[in-house]
Amino acid sequence: MILDFRFSHSSPVKKVLYILFQIILIGYVIVIIYPILNLLLSSFKTTREIFTNPFSFPAEWRFSNYVKVWQKGGFDMYFVNSIVITAIAMALVLLFGSMAANGIARYNYKMKMVVYLLFLSGIVLPLKAAIIPLFLLIKNLHLTDNRLSLILIFAAMGLPSTVFILSGFMKTIPKELEYAARIDGCNDLVIFQKIVIPLSMPSITLVTIYNIVPIWNDFFFPLIFISTDSKKTLPLGVASFFGQYQIAWDLIFAALSIAIVPMIIVYLFMSRYFIKGMTAGAVKG
Amino acid sequence: MNNKGQTLWILFFIVPGLSLVSIVIIYPLFASLLNSFYAWDGFTRMEFVGLQNFKTVFTQYPYNERFFNAIGNNLKWFISSMVIQNTFGLLFGYLLSRRIKGHEIYKRVFFMPVLLSIIAVGFLWKLYYNPQFGLFMKLFTALGWDFMNRAWLGDSSTATYAIILMNIWRWTGFPTLVFLAAMDNVPEECLESAHMDGTPEWTMFWKITFPLIIPAIMVITVLTLIGSINVFEQVYTMADLDGAPNYATDTLGTLFYRSAFGSQASTVPEISIGSSLSVIIYVLCLGLSVLNILGFQKKEVQL
Repeated sequence: MILDFRFSHSSPVKKVLYILFQIILIGYVIVIIYPILNLLLSSFKTTREIFTNPFSFPAEWRFSNYVKVWQKGGFDMYFVNSIVITAIAMALVLLFGSMAANGIARYNYKMKMVVYLLFLSGIVLPLKAAIIPLFLLIKNLHLTDNRLSLILIFAAMGLPSTVFILSGFMKTIPKELEYAARIDGCNDLVIFQKIVIPLSMPSITLVTIYNIVPIWNDFFFPLIFISTDSKKTLPLGVASFFGQYQIAWDLIFAALSIAIVPMIIVYLFMSRYFIKGMTAGAVKG
Repeated sequence: MNNKGQTLWILFFIVPGLSLVSIVIIYPLFASLLNSFYAWDGFTRMEFVGLQNFKTVFTQYPYNERFFNAIGNNLKWFISSMVIQNTFGLLFGYLLSRRIKGHEIYKRVFFMPVLLSIIAVGFLWKLYYNPQFGLFMKLFTALGWDFMNRAWLGDSSTATYAIILMNIWRWTGFPTLVFLAAMDNVPEECLESAHMDGTPEWTMFWKITFPLIIPAIMVITVLTLIGSINVFEQVYTMADLDGAPNYATDTLGTLFYRSAFGSQASTVPEISIGSSLSVIIYVLCLGLSVLNILGFQKKEVQL
């Protein structure tokens, strides 16, 4: 790039600016990383050590904090619940979302715009604010304190953005491919499975990441609907653990690490996909 | 192919998703609008009262005091996030778009907190803010900045800003990357020819880059607005449901939650108040977003 921001061949003012900007950027990297590094180091210390030597490495790497949190704190259950609920909800989002997007993008009919707008109504208006009727509905269906309630809500929450992104993409798939398949005797379902879905794969990856992160991290709906310990998700488990063990900082730091570190590890390997997927709603593709 | 067959296929594709969205999203949205016009006894709907519930929220003590206090805090969230988070996002996005040395690493590091559980981050910062044992206090002491050693979350004049700072830490990477993507779309020929003419960097930014990224600024403004109206988890983790101390950190989100489900400390559920608050939240989200889009559209520049 011709306009590269480089140190050499520039005026003294530019050099000073360049150094200043680098200091700000490096400073911000430290601001991001240090709190997480300290969290990790603290999770291996005793509470007393956290209070007296906050900056040092742990005198002894005590994995026992993690063992306690994992077994007594019930984090093994929380983890499994989060994985199962996120996976099933995400599968429903992708299945129903790609079907609906196909039904909107690949056919022409009068009610098409209405259907599309019904799906989109969930994008601007926050579902959290509609929690009272939703709570009464779930209660009448006898689904309170049932993981199925979370699966249904998360699946519905993911559909508007999925339909929006996927139908936009599916419109661009040439009709000729479809006509050729029809001549070979394929029906609509086969066309959807063998042509539309494979060609939409990049957008499907995008909507998966766009939706999986908020679903995995969601706290509000588990807070409302789940009360039994064995049914809690990771964020709700962290919250109840924090309430219960307020003074045991060693255990709390271990618990917070369990909630934070796996996501960072996944991100290290897939940062490109995460950045593209999470900003998908805000960036024109 | 016959028409009836096609209709069946369309129904097959659309009905599963549409029924889920209708039941879980659209029905509750309309039901809360309807509920806000009724009196409530616990979870039982009583008689139609028109706009009485809204009048209570706006004019009757203590509802009006709580409401205006909360919405004032939401405004603090919006303004602080716009001024600090989005300004830094713009600066970082610009530096990254100019491929400053180390840009690939900066990009990845800045975005990382966006993915983290807000619950875990909120609790982590609450511990760090602890006035006796918190990391921040230890840091200030080590640096000799004793004047900074105070109960940031315990003091009603600083508590909201202390929580906002946590959220800025968590979220600055998002506007950074959105602005970066927008600036990468500015045609290089425009910048190149201006550069050849000897246009200073600053002028190039204001005259070329900035007008072209106004759509991205609009998107970020709307998202910041919706995010500020919906603040809940941040306050829940760092200041509890009652917006401690003494409602200083209360927001529409926590106030609404207390109206709907109550809290241990002070409140019993009041569905009538909760429903009208939810309608107010919709109107704010929808109305302000539309206004914003209309306002920015006049300033948008197209090549």
